[in-house]
Amino acid sequence: MFAKTFVNITRFKFSTPISKFHISSKRSEIQKMTRLRVVDNSEIGKQAMAEGKPPRCIQVYNKTGIGKIGDKILVAIKGEKKKAILVGLKQNQLSKVPKFDSNNIVLIDDTGSPLGTRIHVPIPTILRTILKEKTHGKGVDYTKLLGIASRFV
Amino acid sequence: MFSIVPRKYVSRLPNSCKVLKRLSSSISSSESVTNRKTENLKRDILQYRHIYPEFLPDPKFEFRNIIREKLERNDMIARRTQIDIPEFYVGSIMAVSSSDPHTPGKFHRFVGICIQRGGCGLRAHFTLRNVIDHQPRPWLERWERKNLQGVQDLGLPEKFYKRAQELAKPWEKYDLMKEYMQVFILLLFVVVITRTIPEEEQTEIFSEIQSKLQKLEVTRKQLKKKRVFVKPIKLA
Repeated sequence: MFAKTFVNITRFKFSTPISKFHISSKRSEIQKMTRLRVVDNSEIGKQAMAEGKPPRCIQVYNKTGIGKIGDKILVAIKGEKKKAILVGLKQNQLSKVPKFDSNNIVLIDDTGSPLGTRIHVPIPTILRTILKEKTHGKGVDYTKLLGIASRFV
Repeated sequence: MFSIVPRKYVSRLPNSCKVLKRLSSSISSSESVTNRKTENLKRDILQYRHIYPEFLPDPKFEFRNIIREKLERNDMIARRTQIDIPEFYVGSIMAVSSSDPHTPGKFHRFVGICIQRGGCGLRAHFTLRNVIDHQPRPWLERWERKNLQGVQDLGLPEKFYKRAQELAKPWEKYDLMKEYMQVFILLLFVVVITRTIPEEEQTEIFSEIQSKLQKLEVTRKQLKKKRVFVKPIKLA
């Protein structure tokens, strides 16, 4: 009986190697090739989400290459390149900044004005400060995005 | 001890034997009372680890610093005299209101269920969760596959339940090999990790701050009685 048990143990060992156990949580960072969710009502965004082909991030416009909340990114959406702003992340956030179940983006054009006319998910209030800081006098005005938000959390 | 027995008894009863009896019984009873009191106190103190887990330090040895912990505890008590933090646990539904620098002149208020409570000392934190404005899937776990008892219909399409049935492993709870495996892993890596603060240390920490915490609780109860219910005004 003991021998039988031993055989069983060894078999079990080989069937599930110990190195396969992962106990650390994933980081869910926004980097190149991350799939995202368009949350405004722009035509191209709605179509892409309805077809089940969510846009991919192909460039993050910051020094680290990892997208944080309020960062501008370039996405590949339905064979086109569009710029977008990250408005809600899965990643762990600072205290009092909400964390979402999906990585949300809002599409914008080169002048910073959004392609859609409405955002149908809540937007973190910290974006008010972040986007204001990123907007400079004559450059791109990102704060237009705040105007089409339906709700802040 | 003897002073506890009233003198009347001694004078009234002539039989010294009876008096002695009474004395001895009163002594034992008084001892038992004190014992019960200390026991109750001990139980209360042990209950504190559930009510105030943030007062216990991080069990990791490299993070310990007795003086810093003491200072932090004093600071936490001082903060609690200024702000009323109710007793809450993971699973409680709570509302948190705070000032928001991003919306000047307005309070930020969030109502949700507490899903996580962590950190210790001044770095303690908790997470609230709620579903706002029809977000697509309100959970990340595949609850339909967990065979939960007493849960209402999750409102998912049929294919999710079919897949859950395919993947179900009802025999797993009879699988003794799983338990053997755990032992096996333990044999391979003998790693002793201290997961908790020992009981002696807990009692030491909590008996130090217990009187202050009790005072705070009393003041909170008084405030609760004083608070008047304000009927919410219907807008629009």
